[in-house]
Amino acid sequence: MTISGTFAIAGAYEHPTRWAPDKTEMQIIGESARGALQDAGLGIEDVDGLFSTSMAGGGMGIVNVAEYLDLKPSYMDGTNIGGSSFVAHVSHAGAAIAGGLCEVALIVYGSTSASDARAIGTGMGMGRDPHTAFTSPYGQTVVSSYAMSARRHMHEYGTRPEQLAEIAVAMRHHASLNPHAKMRKPIGVEDVLGSRLIADPLHLLDCCIISDGGGALVVTSLERARDLQRPPVRVLGSGEAVWHQEIGSPKLLEIAARESGERALGMAGLHHGDIDLCTIYDSFTITVLLTLENLGFCKPGEGGDFVSGGRIALGGALPVNPDGGGLSSNHPGMRGIFLVIEAVQQLRGECGERQVEGARTAVVHGTGGILSAAHSGATLVLAAE
Amino acid sequence: MSSEIEYKDPVVDWETRAYWEACARHELTVQRCGACGKVQHRPRAICASCLSGEVETLVASGRGTVHTFTIVRQNQVPPFASACPYVLAYVDLEEGPRLLTNIVDCEPDSVAVGMPVQVEFVDTGEFAVPRFRPA
Ligand SMILES: [Zn+2]
Repeated sequence: MTISGTFAIAGAYEHPTRWAPDKTEMQIIGESARGALQDAGLGIEDVDGLFSTSMAGGGMGIVNVAEYLDLKPSYMDGTNIGGSSFVAHVSHAGAAIAGGLCEVALIVYGSTSASDARAIGTGMGMGRDPHTAFTSPYGQTVVSSYAMSARRHMHEYGTRPEQLAEIAVAMRHHASLNPHAKMRKPIGVEDVLGSRLIADPLHLLDCCIISDGGGALVVTSLERARDLQRPPVRVLGSGEAVWHQEIGSPKLLEIAARESGERALGMAGLHHGDIDLCTIYDSFTITVLLTLENLGFCKPGEGGDFVSGGRIALGGALPVNPDGGGLSSNHPGMRGIFLVIEAVQQLRGECGERQVEGARTAVVHGTGGILSAAHSGATLVLAAE
Repeated sequence: MSSEIEYKDPVVDWETRAYWEACARHELTVQRCGACGKVQHRPRAICASCLSGEVETLVASGRGTVHTFTIVRQNQVPPFASACPYVLAYVDLEEGPRLLTNIVDCEPDSVAVGMPVQVEFVDTGEFAVPRFRPA
């Protein structure tokens, strides 16, 4: 048995806010749920599966979300594998639906990371527990951890800072076409290289922004989705993987996407050449480069050339993150849900100026955690019907 | 000129106490499995390869090479904020395992991938924290 093609995304909504000091996280969750259900043409009373997690909500966060929405779902999943969680929630929902455990799944996220002034990238603290004792003395930050991947890539393959900068430039160009994006003023490679170094070789503009925001998805069986008001976006493939670097000395530049991507494309029965666009977690420019290599869109070491010359920009051979991604549109702590929302909207052809012409298939890949240490990867292959 | 990172005594538990006690003696240790021979770090009660409980402690040479590194120029957390810029690195030990650490006693700009390094210890009270300098 496979769940490939048995379920679909029937509703998607990205909350337009990027700065919400006047809203709570639960409020953003509620407004996002309303938006996605309205999009699908369903009501909250139709929801019998709930999927959510957050940075602030704690281990029982999903119970609090159910309480806030006055939901009593027959199935719930609070899986937290970092920023990729919501990508994984889609396939978990598909499995639950195929298994008859629920019929209409709501996946929802909301965060006030920016207005709470969380220093996510450069504020990793002195963990005071036995587990973090091996890393916390040394002043590790999220940015510096990804910087070490970038340094290693430059050492092994001669990748240049201006190649990483091309990724930030493409994302900003996309954001300039997205009315909701937080950073819309176009930039060039020289702007990225001229921005201050946060952790060599990553500059300020190699790093994602921090915003508020939220979003929601409605997932149901393909059969039910066909009776709803929006064109179903089918889930043809999914894969998850976890990767860590501690035992022995594995290759730092091999990441979870290598396994999750192979699983997802394998399940879908599609090849790289069949894919019209990608939405890829872009916490940092290096995240995109390593993800493209590990998903197999290019060979290891060829990422620098691959992202150059406009290939991943709109109009290029493989547009990545037409919304502007986390580098320029929004990044409220955990970004996975926006990867799915943008892919859905692209496949439904409703993205206006940033529309990838004739988009029929998309690969979505979320990364959670830290690439040079322990991290998760979750991949989806989506298709218009 | 920035100040050095101030290390604090690590929080230990039953699985990690022996490691930090060895650090206090200025010995860097890794574990080797008595059943399958695999060398591992960080210390744990079982071999992560075969789940055997016969893990033994082995004193490492303290020599290694820089696998990758970064110069951290921004960290908003107080003990590190005043130490910027400092070098954060992964060091591959001769015995195999890779450690996150700081590289000191050299200009940050002189650190390179592949550079040979040697462990040193900073006493923190009850224990000590290992870090590396050019060999
Ligand atoms: Zn063993």
